Amino acid sequence: MSALSDQMVTFAILAYLVAMIGHAVEYALGNTRVRVATPSPARERELVGAGAGAPGGTVVAPAEPAPPVAPVAGRSADRARFAGRFAVVATVVAAVLHLVALVTRGIAADRMPWGNMYEFVLTVTFIGVAAWLVVLAKRPSLRKLGLFLTLVMVLLVATAELVLYVPVVPLVPALNSYWFVIHVSTIVFSSGIFLLGAVPAVAFLMRRGFEAGKRSFPYTLAKRLPAAAALERLTFVLHAFSFPVFTFAVIAGAIWAEAAWGRPWGWDPKETWAFISWVVYAGYLHARATPSVKRNVATWIAVVGFLTMLMNLFGVNIFFTGLHSYGGLS
Amino acid sequence: MTVVDERPATPAEAPRRRPNRVLALLRNSWRQLTSMRTALVLLFLLAVAAIPGSVLPQRNVSPEKVNEYFVEHPDLAPTLDRIGAFEVFGSVWFSAIYLLLFTSLIGCITPRMRDHVRALRSKPPVAPKRLDRLPQHTVFTGPAGGAAAIAEVLRRRRWRVAVRGDVVSAEKGYLKETGNLLFHTTLVVVLAGVALGHWYGWSGNRLLVAGAENAFCNTRQQYAEAKLGPQVDSADLPPFCLTLDKFDARFLDSGQPEYFNATVTVEEPGRANRTEKFSVNSPLRLDGANVYLLGHGYAPVIRYTDRYGRSQVSNLPFLTTGDMGLTSEGLAAFPDANVDPKTRQRDPNLQVAFTGLYLPTAPDAPPFVRSEYPTERNPALNLVAYRGNLGLDAGIPGSVYELDQRQIRTGKVKQVGDKVLKPGETWKLDDGTTVEFLGTTRYVTLSVRHDPGSGILLVSCGFLLVGLMGSLFGRRRRIFFRVTPAESADPTGQTPTAGSSLVEAGGLPRTDYPGFADEFTQVVAAVSGDGRRDERAGTDRDRSDREGTE
Ligand code: HEM
Repeated sequence: MSALSDQMVTFAILAYLVAMIGHAVEYALGNTRVRVATPSPARERELVGAGAGAPGGTVVAPAEPAPPVAPVAGRSADRARFAGRFAVVATVVAAVLHLVALVTRGIAADRMPWGNMYEFVLTVTFIGVAAWLVVLAKRPSLRKLGLFLTLVMVLLVATAELVLYVPVVPLVPALNSYWFVIHVSTIVFSSGIFLLGAVPAVAFLMRRGFEAGKRSFPYTLAKRLPAAAALERLTFVLHAFSFPVFTFAVIAGAIWAEAAWGRPWGWDPKETWAFISWVVYAGYLHARATPSVKRNVATWIAVVGFLTMLMNLFGVNIFFTGLHSYGGLS
Repeated sequence: MTVVDERPATPAEAPRRRPNRVLALLRNSWRQLTSMRTALVLLFLLAVAAIPGSVLPQRNVSPEKVNEYFVEHPDLAPTLDRIGAFEVFGSVWFSAIYLLLFTSLIGCITPRMRDHVRALRSKPPVAPKRLDRLPQHTVFTGPAGGAAAIAEVLRRRRWRVAVRGDVVSAEKGYLKETGNLLFHTTLVVVLAGVALGHWYGWSGNRLLVAGAENAFCNTRQQYAEAKLGPQVDSADLPPFCLTLDKFDARFLDSGQPEYFNATVTVEEPGRANRTEKFSVNSPLRLDGANVYLLGHGYAPVIRYTDRYGRSQVSNLPFLTTGDMGLTSEGLAAFPDANVDPKTRQRDPNLQVAFTGLYLPTAPDAPPFVRSEYPTERNPALNLVAYRGNLGLDAGIPGSVYELDQRQIRTGKVKQVGDKVLKPGETWKLDDGTTVEFLGTTRYVTLSVRHDPGSGILLVSCGFLLVGLMGSLFGRRRRIFFRVTPAESADPTGQTPTAGSSLVEAGGLPRTDYPGFADEFTQVVAAVSGDGRRDERAGTDRDRSDREGTE
């Protein structure tokens, strides 16, 4: 079972890679379409204007309009659409493989598959991709974001596989509690949504720069992305959804810690970083609700929030030792 | 611009204006403090201030690590210590940030609470003159019954409704603000719960060795370390005694623990003694205290027989060194050894002590320094004998787990040999005295705590979540209906069906709410009655919501 799980992870990574290539092809063909498929002269002029504004970075060029759907019906446009759809199918396949990997891992360990960092990352990424498919089903127009998402998936799942992998082991007694299931499942779930939320957040920051006329490196990547406003909304919806779940998870953790270690909160490094993440995400929600705070400032806070989550997941496990290091009882 | 700057310029007016200015300054500072921006900055500061608490060792989490840090960074550590870097969460600056934040919070929610109560009491507002300016707008032929009928439909859908003549104003989604206020208020309650626990709570840690002779009673002196809140007196500790009867542990082949279980006899005044079991995730809940099982280990039973043939037994816990196999180290000290029974004269230079390394499962061949498994499959005790003045009489408090290194350095204590013993084996020292390893007893590491704030914390966390969800998912929105009777002039140039009225409806989402267009359509459909729904109701979609690139 455990070997099957390991194989499935490898296949899932490959499938994400394929999906990523599909999205990239869609992106690339989308680009050639604009340049090669001879758009209307008016449009060409607009592009030149935009290009001229780039070096200074101060000239506000007209915002790149969303790529027109109907007018250009060239072959590369069809191919691009095909590549995009193919990428979505590949993502679905990857997600299924990913799920199978998790289930078989759980069966092999005879418990929920989130007992250590490797399993944790696998589960979080699965939640992220599953939530992404839900978003995609509701808003197919966001498909191009898939390039970023699959990139993140490939990176994280491959990191899990190459760096964090550990063989199946049962849980230490401190983890053997139903609060463990409640606490960790909600942490995993909210982390997965935060992970997904970070993708449109970064995409929004790039796209917004692009729409504001910036044509330097990271912003040009955002050329084919969905409109900034849509990305920003998605960012908010995901975070607003995830935040209460995360809050609940932290509270559940405190209840569990009270039973296991005798105190609900002890400023153990993991707890400290969960606190930091919580405060930063609360800051994001505040910032977004404050009209005088610009949306990109608010979104930066969300990105920082995700960095603190990463810090908690990787940094704390690697650099610090605490009760959460699961090293057993002393 | 301060008050002082201003005074010379307007000396005549100063007496009258100064108090106002001070007041104005205060009012401005208060307004500044309670602004969302300040709240944001303080939240951010709070997050940043917590970081050193995870990077540097913290005294209340791991005091040993703080000491190690002092040894490793002798220059930096005292400075860091002075600014409270080893007690971040109790430091002045951390407290200042959260106290300011909570002041801001209270200053923020109080007026909002007042406004909200007022809003809950008052009727939905008067409709704007031009409903077609609202984000949602439609016109349809109205149902019989006019405004009153519309109001009835809305009330059934749990809108708050006000009818003013032919105009119906309806509002929904007060839950958002209610939830938000509940959430922010419970944050204050959570802080209060924490403070209560801090002031009125206490805790203590100790090791408890199995056996009736090692029973422990809940007094301050019996704890290795005890923390009493500022409002707690030693006499406030509830009296109870615990005896460890049995300790069970199961381990996997890898040595990883699978489960722990302690069986204790509990004596509480006024109650019959009883036996209780508790384990890592289910503490022993007593009246006024909870007992948590944190760890376990072995206490070797070591018998020393001195020159005069008198035996003494040591049964002190050996502390685990942190490896999977529960290798543990400790001390068996016999300061009263070799006292001549005739003269009762004690020769301090003939005190005896053994430092030991206990391996529950020793390897087959030396070195015997690391145990391979946590249960006693092949127990071995690696003893080093010392003789001399142990330094216990000097009045310097020493650890019962470690030999005073100073005495060794100064040559007052000398090493007189070492040996690995199996249970039941005896070792004859150079002076003819003997030491026997009789076996081991189990001990557990306990944490005993009382936190009077925990109930408040639990309940307020529940409210916090409810409030948060209300706040995040609640949606404040308004709908207005203006009924124009059929015979009067038609404001939109449309001709209503004879005998019915024309109704104009407008909708205003007061918060970010992409689904409002759909809801508006539904409400209008419900109001206009079955099958008589005007098609136009569905056309006026919320544009901002439907963006996308394809
Ligand atoms: C203890 C620190 C605080 C925390 C952890 C906190 C947390 C939050 C969270 C998570 C939200 C999101 C809920 C939502 O969007 O409706 C929120 C909303 C809000 N907070 Fe706070 N808050 C704190 C302090 C404050 C302070 C000091 C103020 C006043 C200046 C304030 C005013 C608000 C307001 C007005 C909203 C509603 C935003 C909206 O319209 O949605 N908060 N807060």
